[in-house]
Amino acid sequence: MITLSHYLILAAILFAIGVVGIFLNRKNLIVLLMAIELMLLAVNLNFVAFSHYLNDLSGQLFVFFILTVAAAESSIGLAILVVLFRNLSTIDVDDLDGLKG
Amino acid sequence: MDLKTIIFYVFAALLIFAALRVITARNPVHAALYLVLAFFNAGGLWLTLQAEFLAITLVMVYVGAVMVLFLFVIMMLDIDIKRLRQGFWRNMPLAATLGVLMVAEMALVLSTDYFGPVAFPGTKMGADYSNTRELGRLLFTDYVYPFELASIILLVAIIAAVVLTLRRRKDVKHLDPVQQVAVKHSDRLRVLQMPAEKEGE
Repeated sequence: MITLSHYLILAAILFAIGVVGIFLNRKNLIVLLMAIELMLLAVNLNFVAFSHYLNDLSGQLFVFFILTVAAAESSIGLAILVVLFRNLSTIDVDDLDGLKG
Repeated sequence: MDLKTIIFYVFAALLIFAALRVITARNPVHAALYLVLAFFNAGGLWLTLQAEFLAITLVMVYVGAVMVLFLFVIMMLDIDIKRLRQGFWRNMPLAATLGVLMVAEMALVLSTDYFGPVAFPGTKMGADYSNTRELGRLLFTDYVYPFELASIILLVAIIAAVVLTLRRRKDVKHLDPVQQVAVKHSDRLRVLQMPAEKEGE
């Protein structure tokens, strides 16, 4: 019998994998963006599971809007990446020290 | 074990496997392809949760558009993978501890009696129930302003992406059509007034 908890724990595992991915791929901007996508997917899974549990479609609409914002985010992120590579010829995060932060 | 349980475990296992491969794959192209697999499995899980429209949207928008964009960018850039992989395993102990801790905490909270292993209410939808129709009705009534805001966000994203990556190359010769059209005959042709001269004078 699959319960709500199963889906929530699955989403937690997925979110944790996303966080670990950000730790591991500190230098690779592309995989960092993919790890963020994984975390968003985990959040969306939670929304859909609760929407089904509460029998309320608002959760699915929130997923709809999250998908919109995530698509905009990744497209702008990749555009920044392309500009960065054009100027620096690298996407290593260690080389992005132009602001001396 | 009924069919739904088996489907859940198969999809969940594939989803976790794909997610792990996304963050550990050596080649970014492989990582992107495993992310596609992860999205497909998530779409399957959403289908079991009766979110049919979103499942199809996830596959079409993410796999069809966003991941193809990722692959475009990965293949366009000439990445030095060796350098990016330096110190990859150095943060592994900390990262693994953190991840296991997060999952353990969530599992503990979610599986206790306070939260309870709550079953889904088995609401039976009629044969003429359409998830897409219901979502659309909500989207154009209660959520019409957020919907328009979302469209503006997408427009801003389009313009931002174009403006960010647009560049004018100085070494390419080209004509500006605006200047071509706006030219007047007085810019090109000069009419001179000269006194007439007699031949042989």
